[in-house]
Amino acid sequence: MLEIENMQVSYGQSKVIQGVSFKAEKNETLAIMGRNGMGKTTLFKALMGILPSKADKAMIDSESIQGDESHQRVAKGIAYVPQGRMIFPAMTVEENIETGLEKSGDRVIPDDIYALFPVLFDMKKRKGGNLSGGQQQQLAIARALVTNPKVLLLDEPTEGIQPSIIKDIAKVLNEIRKMREITIIVSEQVLSFTMEIADRIIVIERGNFIHEDKRDDVDAAKIKKYLSV
Amino acid sequence: MFGYSMAEIGNVFVMQGFSGLSLFSVLLLMALGLAIIFGQMGVINMAHGEFMIIGAYATVMLSKFAVKYDFVNYYFPFAMIVAFGLAFAVGYLVEFVLIRHLYKRPLDTLLATWGLSLVMQQIFRSAFGAKEVSAELPEWMLGSFKPTPDIDIPINGVFVMGLTALITAGVFLFMFRSRWGLRVRATVQNRVMAGAVGINTKKVDRITFALGCGITGVAGAAFTTIGSTGPTSGSLYIVDSFMVVVFGGAASLLGTISSAFGIAQAQSILQFFMTSSMGKVTTLLTIVIILMMRPEGLFASKIRK
Ligand SMILES: Nc1ncnc2c1ncn2[C@@H]1O[C@H](COP(=O)(O)OP(=O)(O)OP(=O)(O)O)[C@@H](O)[C@H]1O
Ligand SMILES: [Mg+2]
Repeated sequence: MLEIENMQVSYGQSKVIQGVSFKAEKNETLAIMGRNGMGKTTLFKALMGILPSKADKAMIDSESIQGDESHQRVAKGIAYVPQGRMIFPAMTVEENIETGLEKSGDRVIPDDIYALFPVLFDMKKRKGGNLSGGQQQQLAIARALVTNPKVLLLDEPTEGIQPSIIKDIAKVLNEIRKMREITIIVSEQVLSFTMEIADRIIVIERGNFIHEDKRDDVDAAKIKKYLSV
Repeated sequence: MFGYSMAEIGNVFVMQGFSGLSLFSVLLLMALGLAIIFGQMGVINMAHGEFMIIGAYATVMLSKFAVKYDFVNYYFPFAMIVAFGLAFAVGYLVEFVLIRHLYKRPLDTLLATWGLSLVMQQIFRSAFGAKEVSAELPEWMLGSFKPTPDIDIPINGVFVMGLTALITAGVFLFMFRSRWGLRVRATVQNRVMAGAVGINTKKVDRITFALGCGITGVAGAAFTTIGSTGPTSGSLYIVDSFMVVVFGGAASLLGTISSAFGIAQAQSILQFFMTSSMGKVTTLLTIVIILMMRPEGLFASKIRK
């Protein structure tokens, strides 16, 4: 469970996240939707401790993550799949995943990871930088998953990826949630993808949450209007 | 050529080649340390030569001690370990006190480490005196092999070379087979992301810097077999070792090894045919010309970014 109260993030003088509050439960997938430049990445980076932020409260389960550095937050149970993947290009696929083993202390990659992403098993010894965009996305998810997170953050996982692979990613995310009963928070612009995975949708605009719906009550036309320019 | 017969020239090449081994060892170890600190972390450490001298003084002191307690024949491997440990510890401290505050400011790092080098030189001067001191080399290291009557191969060069090869292999294993190496490489490739997968990047920085200094300390131990140690001896080698790193391609360990070998051998062999400074000039000119053709160094990395 992740609980945030009144989080604010600024770049110098310009405040980009204007005091947002939300709570995401265990075994829930929450989608944060918004157009380009509305603050999704900024919010995720702040949650990850990459950007400094102010908040009245920032908790994972009953532990505060206020002021923690990224690696401490990972240890408390957040994992991050950034926009643009950001895998380590000069390392092999296997080594990329191993960087995530820091928290569990395992020496070898657990089998269930390769069961989720068979393609990564076949490409174990290849350099990460030489994978396709879709494969890199899977690699980034695998690297985050081996940290055994309680909360998994994915920033626009479908960006630049073809429809058939988007379907695969949706399937994998649903499977992960079923298997591990974790909290998944995903930022998105594609409504069809969101509808396949999310239990709840929040719309962000200029750093404010302006709309929230359970999936079953979603008025697609209304959300589409928020997402179009 | 120069009035020598072909056979004589052959002998000269072999002998100078082997006597170049010690220089190669010193340069390689220093450059490995630099390659780790500069190539992997982007820090230009102007006090690098002084870290070498820490190792050299440690070796000299230990050799005096060995003479007194009569274990001159065995002290050298211990000296390398002590040299490593001492330089590692000082490096760890320096990273903590100085370097870590300057990571995003390369120019300030340059100035700060230059200042540090002056401070360290003065400390050496106060502690050990301005006069150069030499290590007592064990008897068995002083002789030479004579495979043919015309060829002399110094034993100390071969010995130091062997140890250097071991250390180099160790560095490779550390970087490419160990968990620590994985952390270092991840941090180098993407610091922010390394933190976001759970790596404590500040700790990685400290260990990486200290490791680079430690290896340089071992270079100092090797250095005592070819020269005498004074407070400023390190500064003579700093330029050469930067040259090795840049020439080899800053991020490539393999490049560092080949370029250390090339530069040490070129200097040593050319010195036989011309004066030592002419030899240096010729080497330097060659490097400049090659770098003009391959600005990224001999071994640029081949991964798309
Ligand atoms: N480093 C920065 N310095 C200053 N302003 C920034 C910086 N990064 C982002 N911004 C601004 O903050 C706002 C939010 O950007 P952010 O990257 O969080 O948007 P986003 O919702 O992730 O957009 P996209 O869908 O394009 O990824 C934008 O107006 C952007 O211009
Ligand atoms: Mg974004």
